[in-house]
Amino acid sequence: MMSARRPIPRWADVALLPAINLLLALIVSGLVVLFVGENPFHAIQVIIYGAFGYGEGVGYTLYYATNFIFTGLAVAVAAHAGLFNIGGDGQAYVAGLGAVVVALALDQTHWLLAMPLAVIAAGAVGGFWAFVPGWLQAKRGSHVVITTIMFNFIAAALMVYMVNRVLKPASTMAPESATIAVGGRVPQLREFMGFFGYSPVNLSIVIAIAALIGVYILVWHTKFGYAMRVLGQNPTASRYAGISNSRMIMITMTISGALAGMVAINEVMGVQNRLVLDFVAGAGFVGIAVALMGRNHPIGIALAAVLFGALYQGGQELQFVIPGITREMIVVIQALVILFTGAMEGLFRPSLERAFMLFSPEQKAAAVAASTTKTES
Amino acid sequence: MDLAAILSILDATIRLSTPLLLACLAGLYSERAGLFDIGLEGKMLAAAFAAGAVAAITGSAWIGLAAGMAVSLSTALLQGVAAITLKGNQLIAGVAINMLAAGMTTFLGQTWFSQGGRTPPLGEGGRFVPITLPFANELAGIPIIGPIYYELISGHYILVYIAFLMVAVTAYVLYRTRFGLRLRAVGESPKAVDTAGISVVKLRYQAVIITGLLCGIAGAYFSIAQGSGFGNNMTAGKGYIALAALIFAKWKPVPAMFTCLLFGFLDALQIRLQGARLGGVEIPVQAIQALPYVLTVILLAGFIGKAVGPKAGGVAYTKER
Repeated sequence: MMSARRPIPRWADVALLPAINLLLALIVSGLVVLFVGENPFHAIQVIIYGAFGYGEGVGYTLYYATNFIFTGLAVAVAAHAGLFNIGGDGQAYVAGLGAVVVALALDQTHWLLAMPLAVIAAGAVGGFWAFVPGWLQAKRGSHVVITTIMFNFIAAALMVYMVNRVLKPASTMAPESATIAVGGRVPQLREFMGFFGYSPVNLSIVIAIAALIGVYILVWHTKFGYAMRVLGQNPTASRYAGISNSRMIMITMTISGALAGMVAINEVMGVQNRLVLDFVAGAGFVGIAVALMGRNHPIGIALAAVLFGALYQGGQELQFVIPGITREMIVVIQALVILFTGAMEGLFRPSLERAFMLFSPEQKAAAVAASTTKTES
Repeated sequence: MDLAAILSILDATIRLSTPLLLACLAGLYSERAGLFDIGLEGKMLAAAFAAGAVAAITGSAWIGLAAGMAVSLSTALLQGVAAITLKGNQLIAGVAINMLAAGMTTFLGQTWFSQGGRTPPLGEGGRFVPITLPFANELAGIPIIGPIYYELISGHYILVYIAFLMVAVTAYVLYRTRFGLRLRAVGESPKAVDTAGISVVKLRYQAVIITGLLCGIAGAYFSIAQGSGFGNNMTAGKGYIALAALIFAKWKPVPAMFTCLLFGFLDALQIRLQGARLGGVEIPVQAIQALPYVLTVILLAGFIGKAVGPKAGGVAYTKER
């Protein structure tokens, strides 16, 4: 028999609990740093300065955050419909094909033409890569988690082939596509604002902000978003309400994949200026952490993406300042955030619920009353 | 292709399918108990690192193996606490374990050994050596049977024999013992098991422990048998292939062995086929690399039979209150 409880207030659920989980992840990581004989407080100082201390650092932080907003939104949109899209990495990766083909074809024109078309192309390819698992789940009943994992690997093999055999110009040795000329590149923010130094933050961040707003409107202010959330909460109810679950799954997965595909715009057209192997660099998995921390809400996702962007940029700095710490420490922190926020949510919620009742006798009385009536009936 | 070439591919098949098989059987115990395990990769990677590091320091392959199993076990228990006790999302727990292992092994490897994430190369005694079975040398001269016995059956690491022995053990445990019956029941209907007065939580933890131990052997195989030391991201997605094999084998031990052999064969073929041509058309190596994943997707879609997993998989069991 569990003690009587009431759900914690909403602000605690969306802010306090993620903060506690993040703190726990940082403490555990700090212990690891301590364990290898370095000073964790110094490390945090370096991370914060590296991420926010000067213009170029801020630029890098925002550049990483741009990717994480896209992948975080991809995971979140799917999550609202009760789907776990673990394939953001593969979707972003193949979307690079769409982006690079458009960029190379139109790089003699102007980015005002190339960029919107590339967004559509990358979104279409990324969306397709998620649509297929969606279709398989909706029509054939195969679990979307397993298929998206498989699709990540198929994407990796496909891209190695495409880059080496199809896109690589005869003149180059390295496995990469031809370089995109200026007309096909997404402009860097530093062209308008000197503040960002040499950092690669580019206009893709505008798409990211638009995507945040777009997802907010889609999920909470459209009929489709409502249907999506009903499906996520209760598939049976959704079917009785006349919603076509299979259609919802396919559309949601496509939107999710298209969002992940936007990473290709930032990376291929904004930073690398060509298609290179493994340009996604695990951003799809960071998206899982971002969506979990951000509670699948655009505001939360924006904040979590900046947090992870800062960790990435700070972590980059960290390995130069403290040679004993490599940037893999950031992957460890990320994994711990996923562990505590996603899988071990049950660790603190009960005690937090109890703590809140301590401060509020009325809540406690109400909870006891509620649980008593339940037992009696 | 002559007999020697065929034998060498088949020999490579056995070597490459061993870790798959161990990981696949490991996953089988968890998933049969109703716990989705996408953390096989992470457990293997952590074990590979621990085994490589400890074997390098102690110079003993056996202590390395024990360390690998211990680390894999603790990783599995962490996943178990999240998924069983705290009733967290099993898939997310697996993702976290995989990332944690990827980050930690590279980080600790670089910090401890400063060799770009590698552990020091293992010397004599630090890694397992191939075992020559009795009469292998004497029989080698006999045509056909001799080479098959000498190349294919003899001359593998002890872990290879353990892996194939585990298939029989698993089949026996699963279908002939009380534990196996309960294990299968808890994955199909935990409520029925609970009603019969058997602890669902205890059974699931037992399954997780076995998973951890087997993944430990699989991981150790990478660093102290097949390789001589741990290398960055050494398992390279084999945990996911093992997962694919598990689905392909429909969560059954003997089919799991054949699936792992098939996937191992594809891997061996892929190494062999670099740049090979078939009827004037070059087969892209990547196509063969992607084949296990593609096959799994096709199987999952039900086009070549239906893969139905344990019914209670993925959901934490909550006693009614």
